[in-house]
Amino acid sequence: MTAWTDLAFILLVVSDFFLLASSRLKAVIRATGAQGVLLSALALLLARSEAHPVHVILLSVGALGVKAFLIPLLLTWAMREASIRREVDPIVGFLPSLVLGGLGVALAFAYAGGMPLPVPEQHPLLVPAALSTVWTGLLLVVSRRKAVAQVIGFLVLENGVFVFGLLLSDFMPAMVEAGVLLDLLAAVFVMGIVIFHINREFSSLDTGKLSALRD
Amino acid sequence: MTVATAVLHLALALVLAPLLPGLVNRVKALAAGRTGPPLVQLYSDLARLLRKGSVTSRTTTWVFRAGPAVGLAATLAAATLVPFGGATALFPFGGDLVLFAYLLALARFATVLAALDTGSAFEGMGAAREVTFSSLAEPALFLGLLTVARATRALSLSGMLGPALPEAWARFTPALLIAALALFVVALAENARIPVDDPTTHLELTMIHEVMVLDHSGPDLALILYGAALKLLLFGSLVARVVVGTARTGLAGTALFLLSLVGFAIVVGVVESVMARLRLSRVPQLLVGASVLSAFGLVLLLR
Repeated sequence: MTAWTDLAFILLVVSDFFLLASSRLKAVIRATGAQGVLLSALALLLARSEAHPVHVILLSVGALGVKAFLIPLLLTWAMREASIRREVDPIVGFLPSLVLGGLGVALAFAYAGGMPLPVPEQHPLLVPAALSTVWTGLLLVVSRRKAVAQVIGFLVLENGVFVFGLLLSDFMPAMVEAGVLLDLLAAVFVMGIVIFHINREFSSLDTGKLSALRD
Repeated sequence: MTVATAVLHLALALVLAPLLPGLVNRVKALAAGRTGPPLVQLYSDLARLLRKGSVTSRTTTWVFRAGPAVGLAATLAAATLVPFGGATALFPFGGDLVLFAYLLALARFATVLAALDTGSAFEGMGAAREVTFSSLAEPALFLGLLTVARATRALSLSGMLGPALPEAWARFTPALLIAALALFVVALAENARIPVDDPTTHLELTMIHEVMVLDHSGPDLALILYGAALKLLLFGSLVARVVVGTARTGLAGTALFLLSLVGFAIVVGVVESVMARLRLSRVPQLLVGASVLSAFGLVLLLR
């Protein structure tokens, strides 16, 4: 059982690296979907025996449905609908972002032990994996030029928060489940991209061009 | 006794080395629906090349002629440090993994010098690329080996890949898995296999390793080809031993080792069949990715 939990956490961090290094939007979208599957599995794996089974299953199925299927489908649809080119188009190159990601992960693993937690952690890899994923999401949000890629960064950040939330799922199950709803915010972003055709207005999804707007 | 088995295994490895590229080529041919060259093609090639005379350009010096010999000698010396089968290596000592890495680097240095000595711009370009990529592969190799060393608490290749490995696998599965993956990527890069370099092209601007040996002919080329096959075997046995992770000795160990080498060749062949060569600017990304991965494996062990 712990071996599987280990594996899920490790795969989560490895998928973070993949997200930072990948240059294709489709591959990045698939990787976020894979993270959703991992989170759903983690919700089941980390559940304590005394936890309410309905909450655990709700959390897991919610994560699977929203993070692994709904959002990736929406993103693919947005890509097609707004005819977004398939490259990620980073501001910070892939190599520097990968190295930065690696540094962040190393720091997360080195210092996660010193973090005072309100509840005893269920698994030694939980906090570092959550922090690494949050860091990756943050990097993706600030270092990508395309709005879709930034939405994906927000999703990854959200995934990290979700993992952290699993720590508290016994005390405030409803809160953590509501956390899944944060993804709906990302869904709203995607809708915005499609509905307002950001791609068409600015002929690209480059948010840098927004600063050129004048009255 | 251990020395005798080590010598036997080393001899076996030296004899079987040219079979490995043949095996990879056979897998590629099967995947492409061709019959492919016979498995022993490289033996015939070597025999043919050794009977020929060699032609050297008048602009070259002794550096060019020494290149293949030094390269093969360094690779052979590295082969004495790698444990084959269940046996230990011929000359194992603490920290020999550093010597192993730098003997292979010496072999590369000799090849690069020989390529630069011809004065051909084409070979110079290939040499520059080879050095760039191998300098990026080096951290991945060291971090991967360090992860295995840390997990097994041994500092020699024979100790790392020896009796301590099964226990390490039981305790640190994820870290070793990551290290094995990184070492496999390094093996592909170091041996000029497909995601990094295409071993079948000879006259393309993207090629790296093959371009450096264009001016060698006859016995010199035979030495280079044999050295390349041996290097593939060395990395193959390294990766295969880490992945298989048993400490069987004797005949069973040897059989398992040969089987795992065949498995390595098949995996390399499949990778070459299903992947295209990466764009040149993407190669550093792959290698740095491998370094970051193996650093992550190390971090997992150290915490």
